[in-house]
Order: sequence, then structure tokens, then C-alpha cells
Amino acid sequence: MMRRTHLVVAAVTIAAVLLPLASSNPAHLNLAILVLMAAQLGVAWNLLGGYAGQVSLGHAAFYGVGAYTSTLLLLNFGINPWLGMLAGGLVAAALSFAFGWSCFRLKGHYFAMATIAVVEIVQIVFTNWEYAGAAVGLTIPMNQRGWGAMVFADKQPYYLLALGLLLLTLATTWAVERSHVGYYLRAIKDEPDAARSIGIRIARYKQVALALSAFFTALGGSLYAQKELYIDPGSVLTTALSIKMALVSILGGVGTMFGPVIGAVVLTTIEELTRAAFGGSGRGTDTMIYAGLIVLIAVYYPSGLVGWWRERVRRVGNKRAAVIADAEAAA
Amino acid sequence: MTAEILLQTLASGVLIGLIYALVAIGLTMIFGVMDIVNFAHGEFLMLGMYASFWLFALFALDPMLTLPLTVLMLFAFGVLLYKFVIRRIIDAPMLSQIFTTFGLMILLRGAAQFFWKPDFRSIENSWVSGSVKLAGIQLGKPQLAAGIGAIAVTWLVHAFLTRTKLGAALEATAADKEAAQLMGIDSNRMFALAWGIGAACAGAAGVLLATFFPIFPEVGANFILLAFVVVNLGGFGSVTGAFWAGILVGVIEVMGGLLLGPQFKLAVVLVLFLAVLMFRPQGLMGKS
Repeated sequence: MMRRTHLVVAAVTIAAVLLPLASSNPAHLNLAILVLMAAQLGVAWNLLGGYAGQVSLGHAAFYGVGAYTSTLLLLNFGINPWLGMLAGGLVAAALSFAFGWSCFRLKGHYFAMATIAVVEIVQIVFTNWEYAGAAVGLTIPMNQRGWGAMVFADKQPYYLLALGLLLLTLATTWAVERSHVGYYLRAIKDEPDAARSIGIRIARYKQVALALSAFFTALGGSLYAQKELYIDPGSVLTTALSIKMALVSILGGVGTMFGPVIGAVVLTTIEELTRAAFGGSGRGTDTMIYAGLIVLIAVYYPSGLVGWWRERVRRVGNKRAAVIADAEAAA
Repeated sequence: MTAEILLQTLASGVLIGLIYALVAIGLTMIFGVMDIVNFAHGEFLMLGMYASFWLFALFALDPMLTLPLTVLMLFAFGVLLYKFVIRRIIDAPMLSQIFTTFGLMILLRGAAQFFWKPDFRSIENSWVSGSVKLAGIQLGKPQLAAGIGAIAVTWLVHAFLTRTKLGAALEATAADKEAAQLMGIDSNRMFALAWGIGAACAGAAGVLLATFFPIFPEVGANFILLAFVVVNLGGFGSVTGAFWAGILVGVIEVMGGLLLGPQFKLAVVLVLFLAVLMFRPQGLMGKS
């Protein structure tokens, strides 16, 4: 039963994701790219936030580190963005040890707030760091194009890149979910004391989840830099960005494989549609609608869309069982 | 560096710190009674600023004069926000709570931008303008008035909590919700009260700031982060802790600015904040 739901979800997602390639409207393709990128970040965030239950509101730090590492390597050393992306992921994973070391001993709200502080510190550092372009930011030149340089004049290749990255992140999540790491993480999240008592090294497994999460978040950051060809602290190192990564997971359903993907589809579409419809007024109408929806979702669907659907399926199932039982009793 | 500059900086740090404390008191109180972190707290401050701005611009009423009115308005707003939104998420997971108040934060900023435009506004020539020289230190009158006002409001809140029956009921709810309920204290009413007082305190801070700080829809962002730090350092739920931690954060911020340059003053506060959390995860003044 559960497995079939997964298959349906996967099929629907794949269909939704492939459709934009058939459309000739560049706006559709752009929306699809934004959805894929948001989904990838949500899936990466979910590795730590969903499976290990650590609510990080500081993931923009890893995203920014990824974007800045690949861009600085390219601009100053001429290093290929593909290698730069990998380097960015590794740097972020390495930095995640400092992040984990300083924040993991904190619980609940303390952890969340400490992670916000981390991003704000990193943002201040980059805003004042001349080598990294300071507040002005960094621009990637368009003189070299194609798959080797990861710079393209049209959007289609970015779509494929974002899709590939999302699938890679999903595959990693799938592998983690099925490995002993996944079981330990779930034990840590649900029963930390019991997990400790049977000898699970909590800190180590949380750190594994964090390093993986940081690595993939940074890859997303590098991809953003290659797509926009411009980064600055205000675009890749903000708490609002960290929150969005968490938000797509929460909307879809934390700790589920496809939850963040569904959340990204819904949230990004709403965000872009309201921006297109009301953004031109310059009066914040789009952000008001977006924020109003966030509040409604958080208040009425606390377990996310996947949770809501499962609950619905369960309730319909119960009702059916009750009807059958009634019929049998009558007969 | 002369002693004069040092004293001057110290004084301005204490004065701004008193404002941070006032913002943080409401935040810590809300957390204390119902374990919810209000990300929209800076927006109460923003609303307080705009309320005093419009009362000044439309009716030429001075912010210092309209302070009680604005505080009442914000109190009502806090209570209504609780009744219509927050009440529904009391038992929701922490994540939904975070995102509800985060969504409210963006919503209120968007609303301010919608109704009052994103322009920077200011209140010119209020009753408190210019500066005075006290014991060799030059102090802006608006800052001084804000500091004194912040102490007065903080004292009122403290007196309410320690000397009135309602205040005792609020403290009892914070200490143990179930036990307080068994004693006949309506926790729903206490939660509404905490939101009202929290909003009123932040609103008061906004009014006090309005005479010398630019007024714009995102102004709350400058204060919420520092208020979080203050609440953490002072210990979640502790009003007295928030008061002293507020002053401490104000002083550290201006000292950091003096030593490393103003662009790093926030970073200094945040790094020290992380350092403190590492050694005392319960905060500087919090109980373990």
C-alpha cells in the first residue's frame, strides 16, 4: 500500500517535471528550474531537518559557501565550475563540522537561533571581504559557454542540470533512508534517550546527516551562481533563504523523501505566480499573499501535504472498513 | 583612545541596550508562558513606530504624548493576534510554530509596505531633540528620553508581574501550566495577556525609537536578531535576565563597533553569543 503511494508520487513528480521541456514558453521553463532548485535544497535540508530532526535555520551558510567557492575558484584560478562545484560541496561539508560542533549541543529553539547567528556572521564576513567582492558581489563572465564551462545562453541546459542535481540528492536520501544511518537517525529523532542507551553515537550520526546536507546544499549554491552568473551576500547568504529551504520541506512533509519536492512545487509556483500578478505594483502585495499562505499552511496543515494525504488515506480506509463491518453485521 | 570616548560609547551602549531589553522582555515573556518564539516581534516595534509617526504627522501629537495610546493599541493588536492565529498552534510541532510567526513577520512587513510605502520616514522636531552634556558626556536628548522611557516601562512590567494578582497568575502559568490551571487560572487568558504585554513592550520601544531612528517597513529586522540574543543570554522566560542582558548586548555592540568598525558590531555580538551558548547552553543567566 505504502509502496504504491510512493510509486504514484514518483510518477506524478516525474511527469510534472518533464512537462516543461515540452513547453515552448520560456516562463514555464524558468518556473520549472526554480521549482527544481528549491526542491533540491529542500531535499538536502530534509536530510538533517527531517531525518535527524535538527531544525537548522542556517543552511544559507552552506549555500553561500558553495556559490562563493566555485565562483572564486573560477574567477581567480580559472578552475572549471564542475570541479569548483565539487570543491564547494567539500568545503561546506568540512565547515559543517565546525557548525555541528558548536551547535549540536544545543536543543530546540537554542539550536535554531544559533544557526541563524551563524548565517548572519557569515553574511557580515562576506559583505566586508574585498577578496570575495564584498557588498558588490561577483560576476561570472559569459565568454566561455557550453557544458564544459557550465554557462549557457538558453535555459534548457540549466533545467537538465537542476533536474540531475535533484535526482542525485534524492538518490542519496534514498540510500540514507535504507542504510543503518537512516535507522539510527530515526531512532535519534524519536527516542534520543533510548538511542543513546543502546549505544548509538548520537553526535556522530547527526554530524553525518549534517555533512551530507551541507554538501548538497552547497552544490545547489554553485548551480545558482552558474545560472545567475552573479552572486552577492544579499542573494546567497540570507536567513530568508535558509527559511525557504526549511519551508518547502515543512509544507511537503518533513522526513519524507518526496515531501520537499511537493512542497517546492506548491510554494515556488505560488511565489512566482503572485509575483507575476502583483509584483509590479512595488507595494508588497505578492509578499503579503505569499506570507498569508505560509501562515495558513503552518496553522492548518502542521504535518505538511504528505502528512495530510496519509491522514486522508487512513481515514477513507477506516471508513471503508467500518462500512464493510456494518454490512457484515447486518447480513 | 581617551577615557572620554570610552565613557561616551559606554553611555550610548547602555541607552540602546535599554531599548533592546524592552523588545526582548515581551519576547521572553511569550516564550516563558507558552514556549513559542515570536519571529514577528520586531514587527510590533515597527507598528509602534508607524503609529507614533502617523499620530505626529496627521494630528501633530508628540510621540512622548501618544506613548500610552500607542502602547494600548499594540496591546490590543497582540491579544487579537493571539486569539485569531497563535491560539491555533499552541500544541503544534515547533516547526509549524516557527513558520507561523515567521509568516506573520513577512505578512506584517508586506502590509506596512502596502499601506505606508517602503520609504524611510522620520519624526522631525519632536519635544525631545538636540543634546545635553552630562558629566562631560554628550548625550542626544531623544536617546536619553528613550532610555529613561524604557526603564520606566520595564519597571512597570516588573511591578505588574511581582505585585499584582494577575501578574502572579501569569508567572504561575509560566512556571507550570497544568498546576496553574488546577488552581483555576485560565491559561488561555494568560497566553493572550502575554501576547498583549509582549506587543505593548515592543510597541513602546518603537515609539521611543521613533524620535531618532528611521521608520520603514523592515525596521524590525534590525532588532529581532539582537532581541533573540538578549533572550538567550538572559535565559528564556526571565524578564530580569532580559533587562540586564539587553544592557550588556548594547554595550558589547557599541564597543565592538568602536574597536573593529561599525560594520562588524553585529558580528561581535553574534560571535560572543555563540561562544556563550557553547559553554552555557542555557544562556548566561538562565537556570540549567
